[in-house]
Amino acid sequence: MHQPPPASFCSSSSSSGGSSCECARVGVRVSALAPAAAPCPAPRRLPRPRQPEPPSRGTSTLLPARLGPWCSPTGSPAPLSCETGCGEGSWILVCRLLVPTQVSLLSMEEDIDTRKINNSFLRDHSYATEADIISTVEFNHTGELLATGDKGGRVVIFQREQESKNQVHRRGEYNVYSTFQSHEPEFDYLKSLEIEEKINKIRWLPQQNAAYFLLSTNDKTVKLWKVSERDKRPEGYNLKDEEGRLRDPATITTLRVPVLRPMDLMVEATPRRVFANAHTYHINSISVNSDYETYMSADDLRINLWNFEITNQSFNIVDIKPANMEELTEVITAAEFHPHHCNSFVYSSSKGTIRLCDMRASALCDRHSKFFEEPEDPSNRSFFSEIISSISDVKFSHSGRYIMTRDYLTVKVWDLNMENRPIETYQVHDYLRSKLCSLYENDCIFDKFECVWNGSDSVIMTGSYNNFFRMFDRNTKRDVTLEASRENSKPRAILKPRKVCVGGKRRKDEISVDSLDFSKKILHTAWHPSENIIAVAATNNLYIFQDKVN
Amino acid sequence: MAGAAGPGTGPGAARGDGDDSLYPIAVLIDELRNEDVQLRLNSIKKLSTIALALGVERTRTELLPFLTDTIYDEDEVLLALAEQLGNFTGLVGGPDFAHCLLPPLESLATVEETVVRDKAVESLRQISQEHTPVALEAHFVPLVKRLASGDWFTSRTSACGLFSVCYPRASNAVKAEIRQHFRSLCSDDTPMVRRAAASKLGEFAKVLELDSVKSEIVPLFTNLASDEQDSVRLLAVEACVSIAQLLSQDDLEALVMPTLRQAAEDKSWRVRYMVADKFSELQKAVGPKITLNDLIPAFQNLLKDCEAEVRAAAAHKVKELCENLPTEGRETIIMNQILPFIKELVSDTNQHVKSALASVIMGLSTILGKENTIEHLLPLFLAQLKDECPEVRLNIISNLDCVNEVIGIRQLSQSLLPAIVELAEDAKWRVRLAIIEYMPLLAGQLGVEFFDEKLNSLCMAWLVDHVYAIREAATSNLMKLVQKFGTEWAQNTIVPKVLVMANDPNYLHRMTTLFCINALSEACGQEITTKQMLPIVLKMAGDQVANVRFNVAKSLQKIGPILDTDALQEEVKPVLQKLGQDEDMDVKYFAQEAISAVAQRLTKLDFPVKDNEEPSAPGADKNHFLRPRGPGEDTGKFVPLMSRHTESERLGWFPRRQ
Repeated sequence: MHQPPPASFCSSSSSSGGSSCECARVGVRVSALAPAAAPCPAPRRLPRPRQPEPPSRGTSTLLPARLGPWCSPTGSPAPLSCETGCGEGSWILVCRLLVPTQVSLLSMEEDIDTRKINNSFLRDHSYATEADIISTVEFNHTGELLATGDKGGRVVIFQREQESKNQVHRRGEYNVYSTFQSHEPEFDYLKSLEIEEKINKIRWLPQQNAAYFLLSTNDKTVKLWKVSERDKRPEGYNLKDEEGRLRDPATITTLRVPVLRPMDLMVEATPRRVFANAHTYHINSISVNSDYETYMSADDLRINLWNFEITNQSFNIVDIKPANMEELTEVITAAEFHPHHCNSFVYSSSKGTIRLCDMRASALCDRHSKFFEEPEDPSNRSFFSEIISSISDVKFSHSGRYIMTRDYLTVKVWDLNMENRPIETYQVHDYLRSKLCSLYENDCIFDKFECVWNGSDSVIMTGSYNNFFRMFDRNTKRDVTLEASRENSKPRAILKPRKVCVGGKRRKDEISVDSLDFSKKILHTAWHPSENIIAVAATNNLYIFQDKVN
Repeated sequence: MAGAAGPGTGPGAARGDGDDSLYPIAVLIDELRNEDVQLRLNSIKKLSTIALALGVERTRTELLPFLTDTIYDEDEVLLALAEQLGNFTGLVGGPDFAHCLLPPLESLATVEETVVRDKAVESLRQISQEHTPVALEAHFVPLVKRLASGDWFTSRTSACGLFSVCYPRASNAVKAEIRQHFRSLCSDDTPMVRRAAASKLGEFAKVLELDSVKSEIVPLFTNLASDEQDSVRLLAVEACVSIAQLLSQDDLEALVMPTLRQAAEDKSWRVRYMVADKFSELQKAVGPKITLNDLIPAFQNLLKDCEAEVRAAAAHKVKELCENLPTEGRETIIMNQILPFIKELVSDTNQHVKSALASVIMGLSTILGKENTIEHLLPLFLAQLKDECPEVRLNIISNLDCVNEVIGIRQLSQSLLPAIVELAEDAKWRVRLAIIEYMPLLAGQLGVEFFDEKLNSLCMAWLVDHVYAIREAATSNLMKLVQKFGTEWAQNTIVPKVLVMANDPNYLHRMTTLFCINALSEACGQEITTKQMLPIVLKMAGDQVANVRFNVAKSLQKIGPILDTDALQEEVKPVLQKLGQDEDMDVKYFAQEAISAVAQRLTKLDFPVKDNEEPSAPGADKNHFLRPRGPGEDTGKFVPLMSRHTESERLGWFPRRQ
């Protein structure tokens, strides 16, 4: 069928001596790359090896796939028109990346036998632990880097393979760049509360120098990380010889100043700031302001504004906590800054409403300047109405003109200039409307799906169950359901649109609602800021798809 | 790595034929890259030593290239490096070679950490002065240009701070280029750079020719002041102060005032806040005429701004504004144009605004004089004294001295008292603490009679507060009161009440008695201490609670110097010796401490003490290994406490050896 992937990693560094090696395409195993198992104080250094992986690394990670065109709901192939991309909108799998399991956090010094064992751990999906489940995905501003956070508190950063002329088809491949433990489990002794290490959100900062910076947060604490490269190392000691043996002090007759020599590229992640002790409730969102000096963090009842340089104080800008907690009727579910106007931000609530606030008006933004709400259709009212109208994610379009919200069954696009109803509403999985009762019983109804814009704001994407994710073209009004699953995909295969049977009769290729797997949910997705490359997190797998180039 | 093993062992290891003086330098150089940050930091701080040893030539060709590439390091190391390099000119061969220092500082000027960047810029500014005009144009100006057109905004922000140092010494052609670069940074894409440019605009304007200020800086200022980001606009307000100082009144009116008026009414409260915050500086910069025409109305608006933060900032400036008004006609302006707005602020809805006002309002009384104060300000003071917010009341009380000078405190006492009483019983202990601290001041202003009548009971009540910090403050308050009112007053009013507490069933209150005695003994003098206090202390040595007993030992140590030697010998020593045999080890420990202190005093007075068979208690002492040691005990050998080696005292902390 196909060639096994060349088992090696390739650095993007041009100074590398290993330019001949090929890049691993799938199932990148971070195990061999990960730092020593014992959590050590930062900076954590991640050597990026150039030598080939042990040959035992098999072909089994690659799975057969079928090809299929990008389809419209009517079944006829139709291109997804994207201003940024090319016309032919078929999506192909670029790579599937496994986030390393906890057990495989081994250092390079481990011998090969041990690594084999751990590789087999990775290969077998059933060994994925709860800690490996990806909890957030985010591209940086150029799309060169892609960060994921998981329930085990780790952040894994992938770097895009640099384009080369003879490997055009490889564009869009991402390889592991850096892995570090961002958060550790903690215990709040005053409140007798466990604080999970799960990474709730990652946000990249605009690039300010050669290093990259990102914010990561768990329920309580936001951290600012610096990810930087080092390719030089000082050499030459006065008191030691080349082998590290101590010299006799009597032989020291001249002074040596160390000289910097090139070395293998090292990527190190260093915690630069820790923003703690400002949230009583769980942090659900962080958002970097366009003024480059502040960001906000939102929990269930409050939103705080931080300066990047100051960790010991933050300003509370929204507080919806009632004096009496029994009067609590709604919570904040997500919040985001406007992409260009440093003074305005939105936050969504569990009641399905969105508030736009202007920080110029007053220091405390308790009073909103705009309030977006769609009047409820009385005919659709049911026991679940309130739960399913809760907004799980809110995102500004890149232009700053629109906001997109995701509730349980739909995605809505609002124009900032129209508060009384959304301009567009897309059904994500309306067929679940009849199954709300069972979804309530298995708690799925409380799942928080995220949603993303493409680079030109013309297409939106969001997740569903059974490893399905949905895309909606705002111009052509076409939509598609795709599946991110390892059973049916191989690299460069064109994804086949999926359909869920809604009527009584099930046609060939259709999947019945009853056979959907509700444990496989796609909550987190990301879209490259300028190209048609998407990252889809399915439990512990990260799939990267791109639209097919002719 | 064996990095940590070798170095750090110290120069003592150097022996033999090797050059002894090289060894410490070799260690320093190796430690520049030690894994331990602290060692690296130490090494960097001694960079001048290394450079001196290497000589100017090797410093230039080897050390500086190495340092240029060490920007991977921790912030604190980089900060120290940036600072060191500012004073390095002599070590690289003098001003002729100052340009060698530019590459490392240039790379430090691009790091993300603001403090490091700022320090690098500071050092660059320092070095720029050491360049010859030729070298400045050959090396320094190109560096500034490189930074100004750098890819990353960190380098461009750093460039903003360097224009003003190279401009005055550059040739006309280069000057034009520098202005051009500054202009482009003022309209940079990233707000970070525009902010940096806005904050350096004033400084740059000062070194420019007046024509250029008018033709170039003013338009830049106008642009920045109407930037889309309010974080940039608010910095333009600061620049306004410097620019205003450079221009004549007419130019000011035509070029700057429209922008300033606009800023005072900006949509964003942060910009208005900045105007309020910089009001005094603005007022001085624009002069009295524009102040009257423009700033006073603007200030009135700020005082009734819809955002509380702005009102609070403006309220803070009320006194300074009034002080800086021209004395002629000042009273009328304040009475007609400012006071009506202040009156409204007294009943503001926001407590921060009220407390900001309360902290300065008393200062107006000196400006307005007695009559106006009584007629207009007094009602405001009284209203604020009755405010529901304790901070407001506190701010009034803490500034009573201003009023005292003008009208005397008696005018206020009627309202003062209830306010004080209420604060004294506030539920928040920090509020109670704050009012205690003003007690001595109040007592001085109100006089003994008034104090005894109204406030004395409060001061005594604090002694039995349930918060230790309050009891502690109350004790030191008593001491200050005694210093004010004298020992006779203390003997009649305070001491009896304190001593009664020695029989309190609560041991914490009994301990308070001891703390009071500690504080009061010095102020009261020997007679009262010996006659009234000492018997009580000695009696408490038999207390059943160990904490009280060891505090007795501490008290005896404390009051020992005040007592005469008879009392020490006859009364204190036996009691301490008894405590020294106590079953509780803490009591024993403090008794020993006290005994040694008392013994020292006795020996000093050349009063030979009989060396008794006092167990020297080294055994007991072992149990107290965690206690901080007094000097002189740091030897392993324990010296009997009653030894008569007076010279050991002269030797200070030196180990006592026979």
